[in-house]
Amino acid sequence: MIAALAFYLFAAILIASAVMVVTARNPVHSVLFLILAFFNAAALFLIAGAEFLAMILVIVYVGAVAVLFLFVVMMLDIDFARLREGFQRYAPIGAIIGGILFLELLLVLSGWSFADQADDLRLSPNPGASVTNAAALGRILYTDYVYLFQLAGLILLVAMIGAIVLTHRERAGTKRQDIAVQVARSGSVVLEEVPVGAGIKALGIRRPPEPEAEPPKVTHDAHHGGHH
Amino acid sequence: MDGFLSTPIGILAITIAQTLALLVPVLIAVAYLTLAERKVLAAMQLRKGPNVVGPFGLLQPFADALKMLMKETIVPSGANRFLFILAPMLLFMLAMLAWAVIPVNDGWAIADINVGVLYLFAISSLGVYGIIIAGWASNSKYAFLGALRSAAQMVSYEVSMGFVIVTVLLCVGSLNLSEVVRAQQNVWFFIPLFPMFVIFFISILAETNRAPFDLPEGESELVAGFFVEYSSMTFALFFLGEYANMILMSALTTILFLGGWLPPVAVEPFTWIPGPIWFALKICLCLFVFIWVRATFPRYRYDQLMRLGWKVFLPFSLVWLVITAAVLKLTGWLPA
Repeated sequence: MIAALAFYLFAAILIASAVMVVTARNPVHSVLFLILAFFNAAALFLIAGAEFLAMILVIVYVGAVAVLFLFVVMMLDIDFARLREGFQRYAPIGAIIGGILFLELLLVLSGWSFADQADDLRLSPNPGASVTNAAALGRILYTDYVYLFQLAGLILLVAMIGAIVLTHRERAGTKRQDIAVQVARSGSVVLEEVPVGAGIKALGIRRPPEPEAEPPKVTHDAHHGGHH
Repeated sequence: MDGFLSTPIGILAITIAQTLALLVPVLIAVAYLTLAERKVLAAMQLRKGPNVVGPFGLLQPFADALKMLMKETIVPSGANRFLFILAPMLLFMLAMLAWAVIPVNDGWAIADINVGVLYLFAISSLGVYGIIIAGWASNSKYAFLGALRSAAQMVSYEVSMGFVIVTVLLCVGSLNLSEVVRAQQNVWFFIPLFPMFVIFFISILAETNRAPFDLPEGESELVAGFFVEYSSMTFALFFLGEYANMILMSALTTILFLGGWLPPVAVEPFTWIPGPIWFALKICLCLFVFIWVRATFPRYRYDQLMRLGWKVFLPFSLVWLVITAAVLKLTGWLPA
């Protein structure tokens, strides 16, 4: 009873915030609604008993991906007047494309049915209460399908290196800081042991250093005093 | 009585009572941490610190709180009013929310869930939203720059923190925080995993935006960073949120590396002291180091902060994770 109520509550908020993501005027508000949607999806996972997935959803999507989204969107300088400029002109075309997509989806989904043995084909049936979520997922990812998992990781690595190679460029005249060289340098900084409370006067150190003795004045007043 | 306690309302009442029993001491600790910080910093800088309000300045936190309450809440004219007020509340709420899974003693967690470590990690990674939203909603360039710095910094250090946590979990074989502590019955993890302990501690300094990584609020260049436009209670909430986060992160360090509620050695005089006291003592030790670090180190430069996170901590923790896994596998110590 309570679980069902919670499900409908979270599902309703999820759908409402998903709608707000699309319709919100301010893109920052859109991202914030997206975060709310993620949260509610995590709550639905929790209700379904997938606690590990729920936490990972929050950590990965809310804690990292959405932060970067927000980061970028906040820095955009968006002119709302220009954004709405061509609305009247593009609205009919958009409506037609949307309508066609909707009809297609309707046709596909109305003819949807599960095969008789579909349930037997499921590769990750509920492991039961004795196995924790994390252990069940780990068994599938790291034991049953470890090579596929590694392959997926390699593909991501290639994508990452590709992105770096494409955007990286060496500029001439860039100065780099070499921390190791700086740390290894000796002689430029001298550490002195100072007794607590005594101050540096006890060591005979004065900051700023005492001025040198005045050099003897040789040619004084030769051109001074215009009243002569 | 038993009948009532097993009804939904009874369970709710028990949970509320448990929450209060945990959060009230935490809030008092937050209040006195502000005083302790000023006292310890003063002692380290050969000053006296607050000593006027009450004996040894013990009433200073209450005087400060009263002062904050009395002041006017100012919302800048260009600010997004709703988000501006929401941000500090979010930050403080998250710092409190995480305490739900902290085991103070064997079986003394409000929610002893199987994915406790992930829950804590998730909650602590959300703290950045309070800061980003505050910086953006203030509509001020200093606040915004502070927020951007903070976002980049917290996301960077979370990565190495995650690897450290994975290393610990490898040695435990469970994501349950109570299990993590029980696994340290023989030896606390900070001894076999000492380099990871150091990385973790430095990372939580960055995660809580404390010195020497307090660039988001670097007052010499950003005035006060992300909370420059805040005043009165909204400012106080940021302040309290930061200190509550410090205590939370110290609790996490205690659980992961310092053996939680366990005594240093399980022999007579140490076992007389109950678990929660040990837990609190270890948290105090961590908090002292927090303040000690603040008194000792100058602030990092921003590019060096990023370098430390991505080029030093990340590769190091990754290599150490592989080494730990290899050692556990080869010696057969891998928990079932």
